[in-house]
Amino acid sequence: MHKRQMGDFVLDRYDPGGFYCEMLRCPATAEIRDRLGRMAIDEFKRRAHGAEEALYRLGITFTVYSDSQAIDRILPFDAIPRVLPADEWDRIERGVIQRVTALNLLLDDLYHEQKILKDGLLPEDLILENPNWRPAMRGVKIPHKAYVNICGTDIIRDEKGVFRVLEDNARTPSGVSYVIENRHMMLRSFPDLADEIGLRSVEDYGIRLVGAMREIAPPARDDPVIVLLSPGTYNSAYFEHVFLAREMGVPLVEGRDLVVDNDRVYMRTTAGRARVDVIYRRINDDFLDPEVFRPDSMLGVKGLMRAYFAGNVALANAVGTGVADDKAVYAYMPRIIRYYLDEDAIIENVETHICREKASLAYTLDNLDRLVVKPVGEAGGYGITIGPRATRAELDECRAKLIDDPANYISQPCINLSVSPTLIDGRVEPRHVDFRPFAITGENTWVLPGGLTRVALRKGSLVVNSSQGGGSKDTWVLE
Amino acid sequence: MSNPLLARYAECIFWLARQVERAENLARIIEVHETYARNRSGNRDWSSIVQLNADEEAFSEKHAAANARNVIRFYLTDGDNPTSIKSAISDARENARALRPLVSTEMWVALNVFYNRLNAIEDKELASGGLSPLLSEIKEGCQRFTGITEGTFYRDQAWYFYRLGRYIERADQTTRLLDSKYYVLMRDADVASLVNTGQWLALLRAASGYHAFRLLHQSDLTPWRVAAFLLFNESFPRSVFLCVKEVDAAFTGLKSRYNLRGGNDVAEGLDQLRSILGTRSIDEVLTSGLHEFIDFIQRYLSAITDRLGAAFFGHPPVERPAWQDAELWPPFSADLQTQA
Repeated sequence: MHKRQMGDFVLDRYDPGGFYCEMLRCPATAEIRDRLGRMAIDEFKRRAHGAEEALYRLGITFTVYSDSQAIDRILPFDAIPRVLPADEWDRIERGVIQRVTALNLLLDDLYHEQKILKDGLLPEDLILENPNWRPAMRGVKIPHKAYVNICGTDIIRDEKGVFRVLEDNARTPSGVSYVIENRHMMLRSFPDLADEIGLRSVEDYGIRLVGAMREIAPPARDDPVIVLLSPGTYNSAYFEHVFLAREMGVPLVEGRDLVVDNDRVYMRTTAGRARVDVIYRRINDDFLDPEVFRPDSMLGVKGLMRAYFAGNVALANAVGTGVADDKAVYAYMPRIIRYYLDEDAIIENVETHICREKASLAYTLDNLDRLVVKPVGEAGGYGITIGPRATRAELDECRAKLIDDPANYISQPCINLSVSPTLIDGRVEPRHVDFRPFAITGENTWVLPGGLTRVALRKGSLVVNSSQGGGSKDTWVLE
Repeated sequence: MSNPLLARYAECIFWLARQVERAENLARIIEVHETYARNRSGNRDWSSIVQLNADEEAFSEKHAAANARNVIRFYLTDGDNPTSIKSAISDARENARALRPLVSTEMWVALNVFYNRLNAIEDKELASGGLSPLLSEIKEGCQRFTGITEGTFYRDQAWYFYRLGRYIERADQTTRLLDSKYYVLMRDADVASLVNTGQWLALLRAASGYHAFRLLHQSDLTPWRVAAFLLFNESFPRSVFLCVKEVDAAFTGLKSRYNLRGGNDVAEGLDQLRSILGTRSIDEVLTSGLHEFIDFIQRYLSAITDRLGAAFFGHPPVERPAWQDAELWPPFSADLQTQA
């Protein structure tokens, strides 16, 4: 019989070091660990390689803005799943629903009565001078008061294993296509790992999304026509737009396919114009309509906002949600939840210092080498300074920027994210992960039982964004 | 009620079909040149491929001589040349990317893999020994896509636009193939010299028509029979007549099944073109000039494309349908020529 040697099986050499390991610390993963423990590493590598090749053939791509050379790039897929047991998922699900509910109540209040400002809970200028504040939305009625129809909540787990919300993505969060494609990939390549372990399905997303879009359609329209509006084939998330349009069974349109006439939206078809009732738009507010927002926008539709204000078309997400997922507003979220729901946040925030406030700025400047400093207006990990990893020169540059424009920054303690075993150059090593579940809201809120687990593939890196060398894993929520 | 089809999608699928069909035919033309055209005469005239595609100007800007090496690179791997196989498949892939919500995943994967393969062509494959297998592979890459499309593409409006594009391009390519040899065919029409027998065989082989032609004509391989076969045969899948009938059938199906209002001028035009191809004899064509006839058909197909664009792709209207008040050929041709 073959003599077992160290290194023969998937988890043999794996050592998470001092970090909280998603796989080893979770009792519910015993069966999965056992199966991985019995799988030869060469076999595992062979199958993982096959999965990667399938992705290459599929041309699943992710455009990276910072690299003008690479239009097509595969978001690397790691085949060792990240597992969430039922009790942890239950907490996340309730926490996300609570959060989305609070965000929608906040937006409804801000664009109508502004009680929260009058009560002094949020600084007025933080909202009214926010670049994502949309005064045009004052008094506009939104079906079911559901502003944030699609929400992606970025959640991390700290050294002690405590889940914390890192960020709300209430504008046009992306990544859900990877959740479902990664699952398909896993079930094709590793059916024996997933068999009969009570894995919850992620197949419902498209149907749920269509359901919510129908719920927010203008009430007079019996059989509403839904479209997905994309900036086009060169957008970084175009693959996802395609994926969603296919899952929803709706046309994927670009701005040039739409026309507004008499405050109604139509798409140009081979048979002439066809009425459009709901637009799941994957372009930002400021590109939506050159009449109202950026006049140079070629991506949007002239007159779209007129049709929207007239109630003749629904947009998802609603216009103006960006003010609620602002990194500075984020710091107030525990208080916002308590204000509207009279509850404590089910998932805590990461401690956040708002540099627009004098004391916080002073604290940040004094502790620069221990903090993570983030610009409030950027996404995708751009412009972040990680104190403990930064050079002297980088810290000095960060300090200068903070002093120059403190309101543009927040700071947070540097958290050692939890790790997950990851296949790196043929070896299984710990790599840091985060988690983005997706919530859909029409009349009610539903959370997809799963989510995008991003993994920082560079050793020691805490930045999981795809634009910064991140990959993704399938996320297994157990029954 | 069936789903509406975006005008942009209709145009993308139409051109996607044309680009793949074009790449296949270009591979056929180069393959036949490489394999058969050298018989007896020994020296292949690669410049005829350049003339065939009306690329003389663009070609001479990049290359001094129309030798095998330059022409093959120009038409296989030159991404700057919009008429190369690489450009055709790259454009087809861009269209497929825009059409991803519509086309089957298998179609997209086939094209994506094909595109990756074309990008990985090595220099040695372009040399004499490697070229023939490479061209076969390209031809098969296109055929694989066509077959996968046949087997997986949902039969709604887009399918009809796909067929329109495929058969318009195929008809056009067959006329180009014929045109490339017509000087030879004409010059030696009465002299069945061995050299020119080789040319005719090459022509038929390029169109995969050699065997079918033999079934029809066991002996007596004459130039006009080859021309008649490629133009008028009712059963040969690459004959101009059969392709135009397919275009007509696709168009009629599209109009009736989806109740589309536009494109009546297209229907009239197709009707006339079909009747011309169905009734004209090869003798009449040879008398008035094969090249002129071919030119007329090419212009006609191009006019039909323009009118499809105006009727369904959201293009501005075409000024005046050329065939609206014209008599049958030849006045047609004159009319279209003055328009051009």
